[in-house]
Amino acid sequence: MNQQIIKTMDGNEAAAHVAFKTNEVIAIYPITPASPMGEWADMWSVKRQKNIWDDIPKIIEMQSEGGAAGTVHGALQGGTLTTTFTASQGLLLMLPNMYKIAGELTPTVFHIAARSIATQALSIFGDHTDVMGVRSAGWGMLFANSVQEAMDFSLISQASTLASRVPFLHIFDGFRTSHEISKINVIPDDVIKKMIDEEHVKAHKNRGMDPNNPFVRGTAQNPDVFFQSRETVNPFYQATPEIVDSVMRQFEALTGRSYQLFEYVGAPDAEKVIIIMGSGAETVEETVKHFVEKGEKIGVLKVRLFRPFSMEHLIKALPDSIKAISILDRTKEPGSMGEPLYQDVISALIEDQSSSNPKFKTLPKIVGGRYGLSSKEFTPAMVKAIFDELGKPSPKNHYTIGINDDVTHTSIPFDSELDIESEGTTRAVFWGLGSDGTVGANKNSIKIIGEETDLHAQGYFVYDSKKSGARTISHLRFGDKPIKSPYLIKNANFVGVHQFGFLQRYDTLALAAEGATVLINSPFGPKKVWSNLPKMVQNQILDKNLKLYVIDAYKVAQEAKLGIRINTVMQTCFFAISNVLPKEQAIEKIKEYIQKTYGKRGKTIVDMNFRAVDISLEHLYEVALPKKATSKIAMNGKLPEESPEFVQQVISEIINGNGDDLPVSALPCDGTYPSGTTMWEKRDIAMEIPVWDSDICIQCGKCVIVCPHSVIRAKVAEPEVFADAPDSFKHTNARWRELPGHEYTLQVSVADCTGCTLCVEACPVKDKSNVSRKALNMVSKTEIPESESANWDFFLDIPSFKIKEHPEFDFNKTKETQLLDPYFEFSGACAGCGETPYLSLLTRLFGDRMIVANATGCSSIYGGNLPTTPWSKDANGCGPAWNNSLFEDNAEFGLGMRLAADKKMETASNLLFKMKGEEIPESLADDLRNADQTTEEGILAQQHRVKELLKRLSGKNSTRSRRLEEYANSLIKKSVWIIGGDGWAYDIGFGGLDHVLASGKNVNVLVMDTEVYSNTGGQASKATGMGAIAKFAAGGKATPKKDLGKIMMNYGYVYVAQVAMGANENQLIKALKEAEAYDGPSLVIAYSHCIAHGIDMSKGMNQQKLATDSGHWPLYRFDPRRNLEAKNPLQLDSKAPKIPLKDYIYNEQRYKLLTQTSPRKAKEYLNQAQEWVNGHWKSLSELAVEYEKITETKGEE
Amino acid sequence: MDLSTKYLGLDLENPLVPSASPLSKNLDSIKLLEDAGAGAIVMHSLFEEQINATSMEIDHFLSSGTESFGEALDYFPEMDSYDVGPDSYLEHIQQAKESTDVPIIGSLNGVSSGGWIEYAKLIEEAGADALELNIYYIPTDPDKTGSEIEAMYLDVIRRVCQSVTIPIAVKFGPFFSSIPNMAKKMSQMGAKGLVIFNRFYQPDFDIREMEVVPNLVLSNSDELRLPLRWTAILYKKVQADIAITTGIHVGTDVIKGILAGANVTMLASELLLNGIHRLTEIKSEMTRWMEDYECDSLDQVRGSMSQINVIEPAAFERANYMKVLQSIKQDPTGKLWW
Repeated sequence: MNQQIIKTMDGNEAAAHVAFKTNEVIAIYPITPASPMGEWADMWSVKRQKNIWDDIPKIIEMQSEGGAAGTVHGALQGGTLTTTFTASQGLLLMLPNMYKIAGELTPTVFHIAARSIATQALSIFGDHTDVMGVRSAGWGMLFANSVQEAMDFSLISQASTLASRVPFLHIFDGFRTSHEISKINVIPDDVIKKMIDEEHVKAHKNRGMDPNNPFVRGTAQNPDVFFQSRETVNPFYQATPEIVDSVMRQFEALTGRSYQLFEYVGAPDAEKVIIIMGSGAETVEETVKHFVEKGEKIGVLKVRLFRPFSMEHLIKALPDSIKAISILDRTKEPGSMGEPLYQDVISALIEDQSSSNPKFKTLPKIVGGRYGLSSKEFTPAMVKAIFDELGKPSPKNHYTIGINDDVTHTSIPFDSELDIESEGTTRAVFWGLGSDGTVGANKNSIKIIGEETDLHAQGYFVYDSKKSGARTISHLRFGDKPIKSPYLIKNANFVGVHQFGFLQRYDTLALAAEGATVLINSPFGPKKVWSNLPKMVQNQILDKNLKLYVIDAYKVAQEAKLGIRINTVMQTCFFAISNVLPKEQAIEKIKEYIQKTYGKRGKTIVDMNFRAVDISLEHLYEVALPKKATSKIAMNGKLPEESPEFVQQVISEIINGNGDDLPVSALPCDGTYPSGTTMWEKRDIAMEIPVWDSDICIQCGKCVIVCPHSVIRAKVAEPEVFADAPDSFKHTNARWRELPGHEYTLQVSVADCTGCTLCVEACPVKDKSNVSRKALNMVSKTEIPESESANWDFFLDIPSFKIKEHPEFDFNKTKETQLLDPYFEFSGACAGCGETPYLSLLTRLFGDRMIVANATGCSSIYGGNLPTTPWSKDANGCGPAWNNSLFEDNAEFGLGMRLAADKKMETASNLLFKMKGEEIPESLADDLRNADQTTEEGILAQQHRVKELLKRLSGKNSTRSRRLEEYANSLIKKSVWIIGGDGWAYDIGFGGLDHVLASGKNVNVLVMDTEVYSNTGGQASKATGMGAIAKFAAGGKATPKKDLGKIMMNYGYVYVAQVAMGANENQLIKALKEAEAYDGPSLVIAYSHCIAHGIDMSKGMNQQKLATDSGHWPLYRFDPRRNLEAKNPLQLDSKAPKIPLKDYIYNEQRYKLLTQTSPRKAKEYLNQAQEWVNGHWKSLSELAVEYEKITETKGEE
Repeated sequence: MDLSTKYLGLDLENPLVPSASPLSKNLDSIKLLEDAGAGAIVMHSLFEEQINATSMEIDHFLSSGTESFGEALDYFPEMDSYDVGPDSYLEHIQQAKESTDVPIIGSLNGVSSGGWIEYAKLIEEAGADALELNIYYIPTDPDKTGSEIEAMYLDVIRRVCQSVTIPIAVKFGPFFSSIPNMAKKMSQMGAKGLVIFNRFYQPDFDIREMEVVPNLVLSNSDELRLPLRWTAILYKKVQADIAITTGIHVGTDVIKGILAGANVTMLASELLLNGIHRLTEIKSEMTRWMEDYECDSLDQVRGSMSQINVIEPAAFERANYMKVLQSIKQDPTGKLWW
């Protein structure tokens, strides 16, 4: 037996470790939760780490999972050992190739962090819907249930595929296993080598394509032989279970870890058995062991090898004593007789029962159920309920567990209070903010305990669906025995509340066990903290006999110059009072890990953290508790009473963390949710708020247009409107020539602001007597009077000035657009987001008649992730109709919407034609049918005509009148916008985008180009600039950015504009309006600064300007309509580069990091990129030469 | 013709020393400086503050937005190491030493007490022949006294001199009440050379944007007069070598410096403005003067016009100022001339 290598890591790293060691080519594409596997592989290859053949695997990022699968297929056919990593929709995109790979009996393993498939909604979380969706392709399917198994089965599946020639899916649960950190035994390289049979490797290589040994594979076959050919593979599938079993035996001999194809755990004379696969099996096993000790006759059969399904092994593994079986599937197949595992097990049992020598005298009762969809918790309490149900004379079949199905009554109730966790396990829960470093510190604590002591350790982290002000909850377990509890902690011995405000917002201490220790980061000291706690919290502390400690971690962090990073402070305090390790040893280890974590970032950082460790304990106090709860502070969480019923009853529960308790009946059956629900969720996350100085403001509207969260609004109104304004409400004379005597007001929604300061940076005004002051200045939230909330309410009630109804305003300028109401507000995007200002502006311009197809990515998450969504509607009930289909098909999805709108308009027009002169006056019908809707004026006129039409149709009963009434609104031009990021437009959706633009149809495409896959954590796309470091391009991107605009200009009839709000707002407004007005396809590519650029987000707009000034992002508009005027359709809207590229790129860590990791390469890339920029500008400016000038030149010649 | 000189105990072929500037940032230009005839080369400064800022920046951006959102737990690949400053600087010194034969003088600007010592030691270990401490402090606190600031300077010098064995020079600014007294104390603390003066970049105002903007203005020969006067005053009164480091543009500037008592004259603006080859030309200009005045060596004339050697020592004192004023005349049109 080899010496043990103990490490703590998550399931993704564990699986990728073996995949990297046992492959030569790895094709990757990001998708949550599998992306980290590709990231690890790319980074190891950049660091020149080797596989077991002393070779660095070749990593290639593809444009989609479909592309990755094709590349894998090709590389396998080329004779190399090849793999990939994916999940969910990604796996579905691989399906066509998977059939081919299996059909050709090609050994490979795809490592899958199993995840839900988008149905009524997208979900990034874990279940088996994806892998079950591809089970027909003929792949082996091996399920790992834990982080250790993710590593072990990675190897077992690799060895098995080579031996059997059947390709394998190595599956583990997304997030629950892929992201759980656990202490595991790392398989040593020599064991990996022993497990990989070189003869099989050689055989695979020999089957590879080689001109020295040519053959034809991939033929087309006819009815005569196709069927028989399909049956040729049967022996391979028949042999595979035994092969996997023997590989498992070999693995056991080498590592001591034993696995079975079907592994039974429980009472040998069990009467009730659960059959399950995936991490849920660990929960069942833990529960079974607990109750078997108490004498229960129960057991669990863990299914490891689901395909090829071995009836023989299944039957053999089940005890003879079984009377009832419950089969659990973590997937849903609507309309089926039952889910896949249920169906297969039933088939196997019936088949066995029909055989000459059946295992059971009487067939046991068999039921099946669903659990854990989209990472829904699956706990021992639920397992107990399933066994209890199974003991009933007629147990419920096709049941669900973990939810309350009050519609079709499938659910089994369970006792959520049941707790079977071992006393010997320390359970700790930490409530933190993403920005305070809580999760990072906890990951370090797990490493300290897991790798430096004999204790076992487990960590799982629950993240927010918002990207700004994000809440995190860390669940940590430590104990003497291996931890097999893949579910969240319910009864914690230790609760850390790292944000004082959480105590009033969330029920943080609900998770505290009797007698637990609670550590609060509190601005109030040990004497004052008690009186500042909500009454509910005081009661919980007293009722549960909790021990309370406080520290002002922000004060300590400030003293150590760590700013808002309180991670080290809180970690030190945790070790000091949790007694997981002796205090001195803990402090020594904390410092050791600070050195390990931060050492490479420089001594300064290490020293600051050391100092935080040294001074933390001086500020840690135990709180002497009074005997009674005396607080008058109530918990927050109630939404405004005026919010709609659905918001109050459903959305509100989700916001407050009670979504798990919502019954099926509460939720929409088809994924349809009301618009504009962010307005009810007052997150109140900013520390500082911009405050308006009306005296020096020039009313330019820049702050309004750049605000990523639409929290700064401007209005103009007659003075009398302000007569009833609250005393502190500010307004001043409006600076519009066209609006004499009007008043202007600018208001900030304090509770919705994220404090990003983009507005202050954009403000062009400086106070002449103090140049540090602008017309907007950030002020600490504590200094903002509560009256601001009333001011915001008053502001909302001021009628908006209908600028679109006043032709004297052309609203081509920022100043005018600020007066338009946004239909996109208060999103959960990152503070200072570079994308959302475009959406806010877009909806100001066209919101009341917009239809939006939104590609999956950041914009679909901040745009559509529950609990609340930002796409809103106006007082008339009009607003953008929004939808998200997939990542790859968004252009096509939007085209469909265009076709639907056109078809409906055509139907209405035809009806008008038929009815004109009869029910409808001829002139009205003609005007409606022939309306010019290329201008706002024209659209407004049409809106009035439609109103008139509806009036005339009212009360008319003819069929065609009723029909026209339904279609009448279709006569108003719909603005179809196809929106997404560069990952979609440049990579995965490019083929569709190309086709849709080429179709000539009137669709508008807005690409918010962050030059990286932002939503999945910063992987390189083809939009990434040369020399930028990104994930999947850890060594710097070696090729220049793809020029999407130029590619699409080639069609000649596509309107193309490149814009950057920070560089030229007016050009942006002009481009959006031209794109929308153009009766054909339009593409607007918008530079969007992003947190993944490693920039000071408050300077995002300035970075946009530098991008343009350097020539990296020239501004232009290519308008095919100019051809009709014999003008060059291309107009350049920015000047020749006036600053060197480095002055732009080295403000961004994505470029700068390369100078710190590989300076020579950085220099080379910089030179090449500068040349590329120069050449690009030259070529653009040549293309944009005015036609008259070309003619003149030719004349001279 | 002997142009050789001694500086910080090092034998230099001539007194032309390129001072800390971007020219020493790459090996190619260091080689060009040597070929053009540099007597020694002062490397660009290692700024502790810069190292700290780089560290903080990397830490900030690698942490920013991380561990908040399940799909994007971080945004950058975590590499094994980042060059935050000292490593590449030290490697550069090492390479400069290996690829040239002229003395290489390191330059350091620290901020923390530990930083001065730590980086001085590292620069010594990297092979520098000497180290120039680039000390500057702009006092903005009205409660901070001159004595406190002087004590801070002297403390740094003392501790660095105690920590390393290579000779230490101190580059300082002219804003002390008593430069001779300060110079003397610095020498007593262990400084072997005084580099006069640190030429602070003075920020400018952009009155359109109403912003304070950094503004780098290169020196000219007129600026030589300040260090020239103080070299002349300090010569032989302080037990330390003197390097003049402002306003050296032509051969006669160098000669003036030597006559005032300088061991070396340092230059950067001239080379940045007109090219490295100016070193060779300045050397020829010096040689021509030496020939014209039949001087055999620099030692022969060094300090010949210092305060202790001139006929009228008061020329370096306030009287000089008075004379200038008195010499101004006004003509009937009101125009001033002298």
